[in-house]
Amino acid sequence: MLEIFTKLADFVAYDTLQLDPVTHLAEAVHFFVEDTTKIFFLLTSLMLIVGFLRSWVSPEKIRQWLEGKPKILAYFLAVMLGAITPFCSCSSIPLFIAFLSSGIPLGVTMAFLITSPMVNEVAAVLFGEAIGWSFTLAYVGVGMVTGMVGGALIDFLKLDKWVEPFVFQVEAPSDDLDELTLTIKQRFHHAWDETKDILKLVWLYVLIGVGVGAGIHGFVPQEWFIAHASADNLLAVPIAVLIAVPLYSNVTGVIPVAEVLIDKGLPVGTTLAFIMSTVAISLPELVILRKVLKFKMLVFFVAYLAVAFIIVGYSFNWLF
Amino acid sequence: MKKIEVFGTGCKKCITTESMIKNKADEMNTDIDLHHVYDPIEMAKRGIISTPAVMVDGKLVHKGGLPNDSDIEAWIK
Repeated sequence: MLEIFTKLADFVAYDTLQLDPVTHLAEAVHFFVEDTTKIFFLLTSLMLIVGFLRSWVSPEKIRQWLEGKPKILAYFLAVMLGAITPFCSCSSIPLFIAFLSSGIPLGVTMAFLITSPMVNEVAAVLFGEAIGWSFTLAYVGVGMVTGMVGGALIDFLKLDKWVEPFVFQVEAPSDDLDELTLTIKQRFHHAWDETKDILKLVWLYVLIGVGVGAGIHGFVPQEWFIAHASADNLLAVPIAVLIAVPLYSNVTGVIPVAEVLIDKGLPVGTTLAFIMSTVAISLPELVILRKVLKFKMLVFFVAYLAVAFIIVGYSFNWLF
Repeated sequence: MKKIEVFGTGCKKCITTESMIKNKADEMNTDIDLHHVYDPIEMAKRGIISTPAVMVDGKLVHKGGLPNDSDIEAWIK
C-alpha cells in the first residue's frame, strides 16, 4: 500500500523535475518527497486511531493506577503508560505535583516523565516501517528500560532532596474527581483535536528531519561513515551522544535521519544512542521542570541519560 | 451567577478557552464569575492534571482540550 509514496516520489523527481536518477540531487529529492508524504500520511492516520483509543486513558486515571502499587510493578506501569501517553509540556508540572502529592514515589514519577517523550506508539510503527521491526523492538525496549532504571536509581539514591520542598507540602484531594463520561462522538472529536495539535507541533521537526536525511542520503558517501563511525571506532558512540544532547527533535523528526544513518552503514548501537539522546533531552522541557526540580536534579537527569545512551550504544554495537 | 474556573498553566489553549467563555457570556448577555487558575499547586489540590480544564460551580465539566461552543453555552446558562 505504501508503494504509492515511492511512485509519487518517482513522478516528482524523474518526471516533473526531469532529474537524472543517478545524480545526488535526484536521490535527495526522491527521498524527501517519499518520506515527507509517507510520514505525514502514517502520522495522521495512526494518531487518529490512537487518539480515539487513548480517550479512555487520562493522566488522572494513570495517577489512580499508579497509586499504592508495589514499586517494581509501579516502575513498569509508569513506563508503559508514559510510552502511550503523549507529552504536553504544559501539563508536566501539574502532573508532577499531582503524582507526588498523592504518594506516588519520585522515581516512579520520573520514570513516567523520562519515558513519555522518548517512546511513543506512532514512532514505533514508523520505525518498523522505515527501518525494520527489530529496530522498533530495540527502540521501545531501550526507552522503557532507560526509564525504569532511571526511576529506580532516583529512589535508590533518595534524590527527593533535589525536589523543590513546596511540592511535598501539597495535599492531594481526598476524593478523586469523577471521570467525565464522553460520547463516542466526543472521543472522535478529542482524537481529531489531538491529531491536529501533534501535527502542528511536529511538522517542522519532520521537515527538518527529512531534509537532513535527504542531504545525508544524497551527498554524504557511505565510505565516510565506514571510515569515521564504524563500530571499531570507540569514540563514535560518545561523540554521537554529545552531539545529540544539545540538539532536540521530536521523535517523529529523527525517524528519517535514523533510516539514512542505518542505510549508510552506521552501526545500530551508535544510531540508537544518537536518536535517543536527541529526543530524550529537551532544553525547554528542562526549563519547565526547573520549577519543581532543583538544578542538581536536572544535571543528574541529563548525565544519567547521556551515560545510559552511551552504554546502550556500546552494547548494541557489540551484540549486533 | 455561575462561577466558572479555567485551569491552565498559561499555554495557548488555556488562554483561548478562557476567552471563548468570556466571549460567549458577552454574546449571551449573561454575567459570569470567571477565573483563570494558573497555579499548578492549586490544580493538584483540586485533582486536575490535564489542561485546559473547566469547573462550573466547583464541578469538573471539561478537561484536556478546547471546549466546543455548545458546551460553553450550556455551562453559562
